[in-house]
Amino acid sequence: MPIILPEEPTPIAKVPSTENKTGGWRTFRPIIDYEKCIRCYICWKFCPDTAIDFAAPEKHPAPKDALKRFDTVEINYDYCKGCGICANECPANAIELVLEQNVGGEEE
Amino acid sequence: MRKLTIPEEEYMLPGHTACLGCGATIAMRYVLKALGKKTILSIPACCWAVIPGVYPHRALDVPLLYTAFEVTGASISGIREALDVLGKEDVNVVGFAGDGGTADIGLQALSAAMERRHNVFYIMYDNEAYMNTGIQRSGSTPWGAWTTTTPGGKKRMFKHEPKKNVAEIMVAHNIPYVATATIAYPEDLIAKLRRAKEIKGPKFIQIFSPCPTGWRHSPDKTVEISRLAVQTNFFPLYEVINGKYKVSIKPKNPKPVKEFLKLQGRFRHLTEEEVEYIQHEIDENWKALLKKERCSQEE
Repeated sequence: MPIILPEEPTPIAKVPSTENKTGGWRTFRPIIDYEKCIRCYICWKFCPDTAIDFAAPEKHPAPKDALKRFDTVEINYDYCKGCGICANECPANAIELVLEQNVGGEEE
Repeated sequence: MRKLTIPEEEYMLPGHTACLGCGATIAMRYVLKALGKKTILSIPACCWAVIPGVYPHRALDVPLLYTAFEVTGASISGIREALDVLGKEDVNVVGFAGDGGTADIGLQALSAAMERRHNVFYIMYDNEAYMNTGIQRSGSTPWGAWTTTTPGGKKRMFKHEPKKNVAEIMVAHNIPYVATATIAYPEDLIAKLRRAKEIKGPKFIQIFSPCPTGWRHSPDKTVEISRLAVQTNFFPLYEVINGKYKVSIKPKNPKPVKEFLKLQGRFRHLTEEEVEYIQHEIDENWKALLKKERCSQEE
């Protein structure tokens, strides 16, 4: 009996997990208060979901003029699971956790 | 412009299926940041076997090979030797296993791989129980911890055996590099991996990774608990290069271990005397570690 090999002998996972929008898991939504954010990137450093992106410096207000040359951060709500590590670690207390149902129909 | 203390390149994609506030995911993120694109991972049955998602999904931008629970050491040995034959000596081969797959089930393959002196990394992310299958006790579970197989309750059946010290077992193999690290100190973790990268031979790194699901703590406390583990000397950070100990972080005024324990539901049943016993053990272990450092530094 001839041995039939599958077309692709080694199964290779080709679909990136970015297809999987884990934002729906969230109970609490972290919201950054840009008036307090000191752009230290500690939230980016500890995020287990790599859901914190950099954005252009002028995109958000800064508490001090000296900070305006640094990039700012944004939370990617498509993937943020709402664990709250960013809010707990933020040295400026600039991130607040808000119950998702209280957020209302604001920006998504 | 941005000032970052760890590399910016990201090899872990969002959308993976880890629990909220998973420590093992943060560990993987730092490991890949430190080692870069030229890395091949081998992962046995553990949390990381399910985190990338079901086939055909992938959460990592590096090649990943799944293996059986007990053969991570054998699998990385094979990959390494095959790459050497192909002349690809600049590729990092990494075994990334949980504490069950390292301390209990995979110990023989790991020991053999280390003894054969393959040029590989073995990373144990230590979440102190078999978390993936439902929080069963492992050799790496600390004394006093609740798990589903060591329930607390009226009969006080929490774990009554101390934690297996895998890093010391690796030191006993006389390998060139052994280190412990934790996710609350990413700069230290990445510096250790980079130092290890320069060394040819087997490298073992144990990364303390809190697990909100299994340790019964709030997911936002993952990094805080990891930091407290170092500040209370519950999990000291050190490295052993060619038999010479070097303690990475020496807390000036170590915090009482109670601060670390009280954040976690798995230690909730402990009485004052039991907490004192844990404190005593930690103090003894810390003294022994400092003694080892002193003895190995002086010739």
